[in-house]
Formats: sequence, structure tokens, C-alpha cells
Amino acid sequence: MNFKLKDIGPQLMTVIAVVLVFGFFTYNAQVNMENRGIDFGYGFLSQESSFDVQFSLIEYDGSHSYFRAYLVGLLNTILVSVIGIILATILGVLVGIARLSPNYLINKFAAFYVEFFRNIPLLLQIFFWYFAALRALPLPQDAEAMFGISFLTIKGLFVPAFIWENFNIFFYSIVAAIVAIIVIRTHAKKVQETQGKQIPVLLISIGLIFILPLLSFLIGGVRLSFEVPVLKQLATTSFIYEGGVSLPPELIALALSLSLYTATFIAECVRAGIQGVGKGQKEAAASIGLTQNQVLKLVVMPQALRIIIPPTTNQYLNLTKNSSLAAAIAYPDLVLVFAGTALMQTGKAIEIVSITMFTYLSLSISISLFMNWYNNKIAITEK
Amino acid sequence: MSKINFLKPDKSNLYTFLYLGSFLFFISVLDVLLNSFFNLDLTGFLPGFLSFLLPLILGFIGLYFIRIELSGIRQLDLLNKHINTNNFNAVLSLLIIFIILKSIPPILSWFFIDASFAGDSKDVCTGTGACWTYIKVWMRRFMYGMYPNGEQWRINLSFIALALLGSVGYFATDRFKKYLTLYYVVIYPFIAFLFIFFFISGGPVFFDFSYGIIAAILSIIIGFFIPSKFKFYYFLIVPFALYVLLKYFLFYEELIELGKLDGLNWVETGAWGGLSLTFIISFFCLIFCFPIGMAFALGRRSGFPLIRYISIGFIEFWRGVPLITVLFMSAVMFPMFLPADFFIDKLVRCIIAISLFEAAYVAEVIRGGLQALPRGQYEAAKSLGMGYWRMHIFVILPQALKLVIPGIANTFLALVKDTPLIFVVGLLEIVGMLNLAKTNPEWLGFAMEGYVFAAIIFWIICYAMSKYSYNLEQKYKTDR
Repeated sequence: MNFKLKDIGPQLMTVIAVVLVFGFFTYNAQVNMENRGIDFGYGFLSQESSFDVQFSLIEYDGSHSYFRAYLVGLLNTILVSVIGIILATILGVLVGIARLSPNYLINKFAAFYVEFFRNIPLLLQIFFWYFAALRALPLPQDAEAMFGISFLTIKGLFVPAFIWENFNIFFYSIVAAIVAIIVIRTHAKKVQETQGKQIPVLLISIGLIFILPLLSFLIGGVRLSFEVPVLKQLATTSFIYEGGVSLPPELIALALSLSLYTATFIAECVRAGIQGVGKGQKEAAASIGLTQNQVLKLVVMPQALRIIIPPTTNQYLNLTKNSSLAAAIAYPDLVLVFAGTALMQTGKAIEIVSITMFTYLSLSISISLFMNWYNNKIAITEK
Repeated sequence: MSKINFLKPDKSNLYTFLYLGSFLFFISVLDVLLNSFFNLDLTGFLPGFLSFLLPLILGFIGLYFIRIELSGIRQLDLLNKHINTNNFNAVLSLLIIFIILKSIPPILSWFFIDASFAGDSKDVCTGTGACWTYIKVWMRRFMYGMYPNGEQWRINLSFIALALLGSVGYFATDRFKKYLTLYYVVIYPFIAFLFIFFFISGGPVFFDFSYGIIAAILSIIIGFFIPSKFKFYYFLIVPFALYVLLKYFLFYEELIELGKLDGLNWVETGAWGGLSLTFIISFFCLIFCFPIGMAFALGRRSGFPLIRYISIGFIEFWRGVPLITVLFMSAVMFPMFLPADFFIDKLVRCIIAISLFEAAYVAEVIRGGLQALPRGQYEAAKSLGMGYWRMHIFVILPQALKLVIPGIANTFLALVKDTPLIFVVGLLEIVGMLNLAKTNPEWLGFAMEGYVFAAIIFWIICYAMSKYSYNLEQKYKTDR
């Protein structure tokens, strides 16, 4: 006998305990479902859903299936997460840098922002924006145009829609520009390593990304026009804007509060990352004659990013998970559409809750896998 | 011979530039100040666009003039160093000063000057400011939820008693200091549990509780006369025996009769609410999630592969899902997993769900601390002949926990901020009560006041907690 009881005992006990608990739960679930006459299965996903969703990125109405309703919810969740992540990153990086500013006022202002917004529950902030702040906006008929084309009203934000002709040519031109930039960057790196010459990559890149799409307008026959939202009277006192793109107030409130809240955490990550780069590194870089900008670009940022990225990824994950609070203000996200309405209609609690949880689990795991990969890629390879 | 070179402020013309610069800066601040506080527009005669930008331009030139290195005047040097290092910073500083000046009057007038405090009906709220009367009228609901007004002394009394019991640590003499950990980890939570789940809940369970108290007091009194040799076995058996004896054989009928006369009324947990519920839930989740998290952190670092995989699965599962779906699960799915006649209270299910959820986060934080300890600590402990548990309890965990105080504090803060989510299962703590009050037809239109009120309360709680954790971190900081 090779193994010892001392090693096997605790493991065996844990496994038995876990199996017993799970067995107990599944047994009860079976008995309960038999008693209530519920059958277990995912067949309901293809049935007609017969409920409507206010805001959807894909075509959807009551005649579509439950699976399509699930997709609508999922896409709405992804939409608000992506908007939130972009806004939170921009704001968080700005505030994080402001926290390190030698300017006393800016520093304190940023600190005040961070301390203020991160100590108030997110749900309260969402309610505040949705029920209190956005309710103070004007009615559609009283709204003043911003830049003459978009309208911020109590019924949401109405912005012009882009109408493209020959959009594919424009798209190809952008892809071509990006490919060209990547090629030039690798070439510039090689030139610098072998000959020590520096090619102004940034200028060339900016030029390319502007000039190629511009050429597509001039030569490729791409046309762009705007569809400006127009006020339309529904009843004597009820107005709405038609045409263009409309963002519902739920989405605005949610994206705003998610990004304001998460930006505080990202700001702290950024601050910790930049502070984490040793003073000696900056001094060493300055002593070999790099300019202030080069120190920042070539020495400080690459090292700071390694510290910043892992906790920031966590914040992105938190933001994605927190977007489920949408259910509280009736933004039709995954939780509200699927775990709310669909669950009420079908009564398939176990199936729907498990699908919802599994979806969030796979969203989280895919973001963290991607970030781990990125993290490994930029990690210092020690010799 | 002095020549004024407007383009280059330098030390030779120090006072000329200083006076000119501070005058311009002063004018620009004064303009904004008068504009925002007294609604006077000094520059109204200019075209609108220029009138708007003039303070900024004047202030910028002023700051440019007073930016003189090593002037020899201490205040000026400090000012330059802190808000006026270069043109960009000067503009930002000016903008922030203007924003503060512009935002003070509306905030002040909304909060205090135009606000209404008196009265107890909506009619007094006619001004443009906040209606604090609304908060005043609804205060009891915001604090105690639907808990009956006449019974609210029970919540107050419990919280005061628990606060007093909790502050024992500050008054303990050196002789009792060594028992404090035991007290806070085991005895205090137990007393708190008894108080909240029996005293606040009341009714038949309260009598159970009172039997328990009587049994405990009696057995402690008798315990003094028991020889120390048998004390352990005595305390193991007698209190329970006494409890059973009291409950089922001696005074059962009498006490039930007493209860009908003037006992405590039963208040179901659905009626609990408001800020007190926030405290109750946060308190229990804090207590429960910490040991569970610690166990899973140790499990994840364990040498047994099966235990490690189970711990990893547990932690990653809870960390991957949002709390709202966990609460959904506890509300609609969990009852399916229990025997049909087995009922767990909504509040208890909530507390279990939040505790498990936060435990996963605590586990990761503690694991970070365990990993940060150098290998030498483990090896030193083992070389002294310590086993697994002794090593962790006396050597590893005290050091690891000390390292992760900030992380644990952040998790606890997240927990407190997550409590409003219990609206999912229909429990209404303070944010939920606000939403309920907001829809009351007599008090429509005061959402802003309610949210500001709750935000202030939460902000104070969370800020105090984070400051306390910072103090704790400083207190236990040791050089390594």
C-alpha cells in the first residue's frame, strides 16, 4: 500500500460531504419538481416568448423565441458594459493621473471625487441618476438642441444616425490603414534595433488613419449623410423624436453611474501603478539623456502598465457583473429580460437561473482569460 | 533703472509683476465670486462670449505674472509650487477655483437657505430648496422599515446593548486582554445573534430565548460550586439539560400564558427594514463570511489536490457571478433544493447568500496574504515541530491577516454597499424604503432629498470604516 490514511482521510471526508450536500439538493429538487408537476429541460428556449422588450439591438418582438429574448438581454448587457468600460477607463486614467499632479487643487479635487463616489452604494447612485437627476431634464418639446443635431430629454438622448453609401469600401480603407500601421511599426522597430534610427511612427500612423478613409470618400464613392431626429407629435401633450438613434434614459443612467463608480477604482489602480515604478528608474532614464516625454513613454509607462492591468481587469469584471443592477431601473438586460420576465412566464427557475449564472460566469472567465494572456504577453521575461 | 518686460517676469522687477499679477488674479476671482453669490455681472457690457471667458483670461495672465522662481517670498513660492507650476496647471487651477465658487451658492441654497425643515406635511415644501420635512416625516420608516412603531424600542435597545458589549475591548484590563479574541470571535457574535434573532423577532421564539438565558444564568451560578475537575463536563451538559427541563417540564404552560398577557409581540422578518436592517445584514455577513473565506483560502493552498480543486471551484464560481443573480437563486431556486416542509426565512437565506458570495472575495484576499509570506516562516514553524493547524494559527495567519487588512476592509466595504441589493427578494432596507416612500401619492417628487439623505448616511458609514481600517493597518504595521 503506497498511500497513507493521513493523506486520504481529509480529502475523502470533504468529497463525501460535498457529494452528500449535492445529492441532498438534487434529491429534493427531483421530489419537489415531481410534486409540483414541473419537468426539467431546456426545450422552452425554442418556444414563442410572447413578451415585448423596450430596447433591443436586434430585431425582436413577442413572436420570437425565448432564446432570442435571451440574446436581446445578453446584447444589452454587453452594450452597457462596453460603454461603461470605455467611459470608466478614460475617466479613471485622467483622475488617476490627476491624483499624482503636483497641483494641490487638482490633486485634492481628484481625491474628493474618488472618496465621494466610491463610498456610496452603486445601486443608490443608479437610482439617483435615474429617478432624481435625469427626471430634471426637459420634455421632448422643450429640449434645446445640442450642436443643433442631438437632443437630451427626459425620454432619452436622441442623436443623428449615420447613413452610409458604399460602407464596405470605407470599412476596408480603415482595415487597410490599420494593417499599414502595424507593418510600419514592426519595420520601425527593426530599423531602430539594427540601425538606431527612429522613424516618426506616430505622425505616420495619424496621417494614414486620416488619409486612407478620406481617399475612400474622394475616390471610392463613399457617401455619408445624417438622419437628424425630428420632433413628432403623438398626442396633444405627448411628443417624441423620430429618426436617428435614441438611447433610453435607463441606458444613460446605468452607463453614467457604472462608469462614475468604477472610474474611482480604476483611478486608484492607475495611481498605485505609476507610484509603483521606482524613483531610481526615472532617475536612471533621465541620466542617460532621455527627455521627459521619453522617460514617461519608454520607461515609466511600460512598467506601470504591468502593475495597473491585473487590478484594472478585475474592475472591468466588476463593472460587467454590476451591470446586472440594471434590473432595478428596468433596463432590459440579461437579468431583467431572462431571469425576470422569462422566468415569471415559464416558471423554469432552475434552468433559467443556471443559464444566467453560467452566462455571467463565461463572460467573466473569458475577460479574465484574455487579460491573463495580455498580461503574460507584456510581462517582463527575466533572463 | 527698471524696464518692464511684459513677456518675461523675473526677479529684478519682482514687485511690479507681483502687484500687477495679484491684482489681475484678484479681479478675476472677484468677478466670478460676485457673479455667483450676488448675481452681479461686472463684465456684462462685453459681448457674451468674451464676458464668459474674461475671468479666465485675466486670471491666467495674473498667474503668469506672479510665476517667479525663487522670489524669496515664502507664500508666493508655496503658491507657485502648489497651483502654478506651468501654464497648463495655472488654467486647471483657475478652472477648479471657478467651479468651486460657482457651485457653492446653488448647493448651499438647496441644502439650507431655501430648504424647508419645519412642519409635518407636504404643504410647507413650497421653496425651490430641499424638502427635509419629507425626511423628517418618514424618518421612522427609513430607520426601522415596517417595524411597528410601538415596538421600535426593541431595536434601539438591542443596538445600544450590542454597541456597549462591543466596546468592551476598550475598557478591558490587561488581565482580560488575552480573552478578547475569544470574546470577539465567538461569544460576542453569539450574543448578537441571540439578541437580533430572538429579541427583535419576539413572539414564541423570544420565550425560547428567555428559557435559554435563565438556563445559562442558573448554570453559571451553580457552576461556581462545582469542583474545577468536572467543570468542563458540567458546562457541556447541564445548561442544555436545564434548558430542556425548563422548557418541556417545568414552566411551559405558565410562560405561554405570561406571553399572552404582556410578552413581546412577534414581528416577522418581512417587516424589518430601513437602516437597522442594513446594519443587521452587514453585521452577520461580516461575521460569517470571514471564517468561511479563511477556510477556503487555506483550502486553496492545501496540499490535498481534491480539497484544492473544490476550493478553487467554489471561489471562482462565486466570484464569476453577480450578487443579484445569487440573490435571485436564493429567492426562487433555493427553496426547490430543500425538502418540501422545510422552510428557511427570507432574511436568513439572504444572509447565507451574501455571506457565501463575499466569502469567496475574502478567500482571495487572504490567499494573497498567505502567498506574500516568505517560505522561511513555514519552514521555521515546521522545524519547531508544529503541525498544520498550530503552524497556521500561531505563525502564519497572524502575519498574513496583518498584511491583508486593507484588502479585507475593502471587501467589507463592498459588502455594506451591496446590502441594498436585497430588494431582489423583497426585503427593503434604507434604499428600498426610499423607493417605496417616493411612490407614495402624498409625497411625490422628493426623490432627490431621499437619495441625498441615504447617500450621506452610506458615505459616513463607509468613510468611517475605511479610516478605521487605515488606523488598524498603521497599528499592526511591523517592520519585516
